[in-house]
Amino acid sequence: MGHSVENSTEGQKPQTKELWKVFWILLVITAVEFVIAFQISSDSDFGKWLKISLFILLTFVKSFYIVGNFMHLRHEVKSMIWTIVIPVVFVVWLLAALVYFEGGYIGEVR
Amino acid sequence: MAVANAPANPDHLTWQGGTQPMKVGYGKLMMWIFLLSDTFTFSALLVSYGLVRFSFPTFKDVLPDMTYKTFELSQDYWPIPEKVFEAVPFLHGISLPLVFVGLMTFILIFSSVTMVLAVEAGHRKDKADVEKWMLWTILGGFMFLGSQAWEWAHFIHGTENGMTLANGAKVFGANLVQNEYGPAAFADFFFFITGFHGTHVLSGVVLNIMIFYNATNGVYERRGHYEMVEKVGLYWHFVDLVWVFVFTFFYLV
Repeated sequence: MGHSVENSTEGQKPQTKELWKVFWILLVITAVEFVIAFQISSDSDFGKWLKISLFILLTFVKSFYIVGNFMHLRHEVKSMIWTIVIPVVFVVWLLAALVYFEGGYIGEVR
Repeated sequence: MAVANAPANPDHLTWQGGTQPMKVGYGKLMMWIFLLSDTFTFSALLVSYGLVRFSFPTFKDVLPDMTYKTFELSQDYWPIPEKVFEAVPFLHGISLPLVFVGLMTFILIFSSVTMVLAVEAGHRKDKADVEKWMLWTILGGFMFLGSQAWEWAHFIHGTENGMTLANGAKVFGANLVQNEYGPAAFADFFFFITGFHGTHVLSGVVLNIMIFYNATNGVYERRGHYEMVEKVGLYWHFVDLVWVFVFTFFYLV
């Protein structure tokens, strides 16, 4: 957050072009998700899993923009970035492990 | 910090032990750590939703001939979101799947932009701009909460025809025990996850109002920096981020 410390920022012109660009990216991705939801049929197994994978992929693209640009994490120092990202990677790992090793078992016993 | 020769590390960026290790102030780092813990909570909710959802049969398991076009709601299998969330205020009886929730998504993304514009105005120490964008953000928050209130009301009261059970009894809307959309767990998760998210939005709006109040009274101008806007901004963006995931896993998949 280097520039928040400086005093020379007072009376500066707004630097909002980048932020509005991110807004349009998020909006377009959401619109694409709607198109996918209604244009790809889920009746075949292929279509169903294609849809689910695309949705999850696009969700991660959106969260990258929100966390990176809106929450400014992209511009923090490296140790800060990893402090936040590594625990989240562990959550994804937990989820993958649950689905892969435990998912079938839970389906059987409940 | 309005003096000409400010120290290299202003007070709000200095930790008790010396210079801040990650080049962020103490409060901002703690906000990040809190949001990380909140990530775990929401992940747990969405993971359990996924596990329970996939442990229920799909309509294709029960009725192999049914397609997404001919889908009908039943308590024997998990519903598909397009058939549950298709109502829009003032357009009674018209099937508009996912339109209203799309509008809610737009409102939240838009209020996220106005929030980040308030943060940017804070960097420039532009009091009037901070106030303007904070007001838009608060408005967006109220609009989202209003939309969610309508969606909950509609979900609870149900459709005109409701659902007829095998024994002839009718079910209208949803409560925690049974609902006209699918298994009881579906409505339970809906109430819990969107309710938990809505509670976060509500506290976010309260925090935004406090920030707006302080900014208007010149608290941050006197303090010399607008870091509080950034901290609450982080929280507000996180609420938007959670909605992105809820939207995907509850309404799209």
